[in-house]
Amino acid sequence: MLRLRGVSVGPLLVVYLLFRQGTAALGLISIAGHAQSIRPIIAPMAEGAVEAYVGPLDPATRQDVRATAAATDNIGVFFGEDIFVAMGSILLMVGFLATAGITLDPIHLSLWSIPTAIVAFAIHTARLLLFDRRTRRRLAR
Amino acid sequence: MIGLSVVYLVAGVVFATFAVLSSLDRNNPRRLGNAAFWALVATSFLAGDHLGDVGNGIVVLGLAAIAGLGGLGRGQPATTSADERKASAARFGNKLFIPALTLPLVVVFGVLVLKPLTFDGVPLLDPKQATLLSLSLAAVVATGVGLILLRQPLMSPLQEGRRLMDTVGWAALLPQMLAALGAVFALAGVGDTIGQLVTEYLPMDARLTAVAVYCLGMAAFTMIMGNAFAAFPVMTAGVALPILVGKVGGDPAVIAAIGMLSGFCGTLMTPLAANFNLVPAALLELPDRYAVIRAQIPTAIPLLLANVVLMYVLAF
Repeated sequence: MLRLRGVSVGPLLVVYLLFRQGTAALGLISIAGHAQSIRPIIAPMAEGAVEAYVGPLDPATRQDVRATAAATDNIGVFFGEDIFVAMGSILLMVGFLATAGITLDPIHLSLWSIPTAIVAFAIHTARLLLFDRRTRRRLAR
Repeated sequence: MIGLSVVYLVAGVVFATFAVLSSLDRNNPRRLGNAAFWALVATSFLAGDHLGDVGNGIVVLGLAAIAGLGGLGRGQPATTSADERKASAARFGNKLFIPALTLPLVVVFGVLVLKPLTFDGVPLLDPKQATLLSLSLAAVVATGVGLILLRQPLMSPLQEGRRLMDTVGWAALLPQMLAALGAVFALAGVGDTIGQLVTEYLPMDARLTAVAVYCLGMAAFTMIMGNAFAAFPVMTAGVALPILVGKVGGDPAVIAAIGMLSGFCGTLMTPLAANFNLVPAALLELPDRYAVIRAQIPTAIPLLLANVVLMYVLAF
């Protein structure tokens, strides 16, 4: 991840989103997070990426960049974790449906979480790239 | 045939060990509370089948009483210092990821290789529980790999596991408790009442309406409760099971999975999910404490609508 210096803020956060969704899908939800990665690594990198293009940031833009980085973490983990079979939410669904007389293999719930994961990636990626363009335009003026 | 009872046995023994280790932890002023809490969890895993509904109910009330009265402290097992961790991280490098990656690999191995195995016509694994059985096997194998590869003492996974469980605390039991709550709701007819209310005011015969009510309801209920886990039993018993599965014959796996993810869209939009939405704003020193929510809403709303479409297309 640390080799991404020099990359613009949009692509930087898209790569992080992919990393977060991918690792969450393997059950590795605690290897990153707001305290583990956003505050110490990703938010400063994102700010640096914007500053590299347009110089020092005004407070409003700095807040936008940080908030977008935190949002990317949440979206990545929320829409990646259910692909892993042993998430609390999957086990809750299996347990609840069992009490209603429906026996499901958790792997089916995981598989049917994939379409939403893909759409989540597409929507948030588009937003990140637009955010990138908007920020640069606003600050270029 | 290996069934879930083996998993319960393993989990019960692990929790029983946590209870014993907690009771010996002189650094934790509430060590008896922790010991009693994990002992009750162990009891439900080891003897739940023999306790009956009343017995299990008493176990749950005991857990709630200990947690609710602030009886849980945080154990402090002897662990490594930050410097020792840095040194060992430098020594092992990327090898540290091997135990973590062993877990998903063994799960896949279990589902693809072990699940189809039969001996004299009897399957090795209970086919309905093969995924969870594989996961438990994977957890044991990954722990073993970690122990050997990183040359750790045998007690280290148990002590570190206890530390982790104490850090998470009673919240670790939230999914099970909410699933049980959902079952209670279902028995009490809460779902039926909600279902009747909804069908009275909305033409639920239209498949798309029913899908939209369920997905949007999951998101709205999650925003009110702050947690998709709490919304799921109510909305699913009220709308999804009677109408989407019962009346129009949708696939319950698709409906449940996408319904839960619709709830997650609600989580992105509510200040009640403080861990995800308010804590990072504080951590990043943002003047606007709702800045993270504001950044999430434009993703959450289109994604919620996409979920409605996906469920409508995939479930029928």
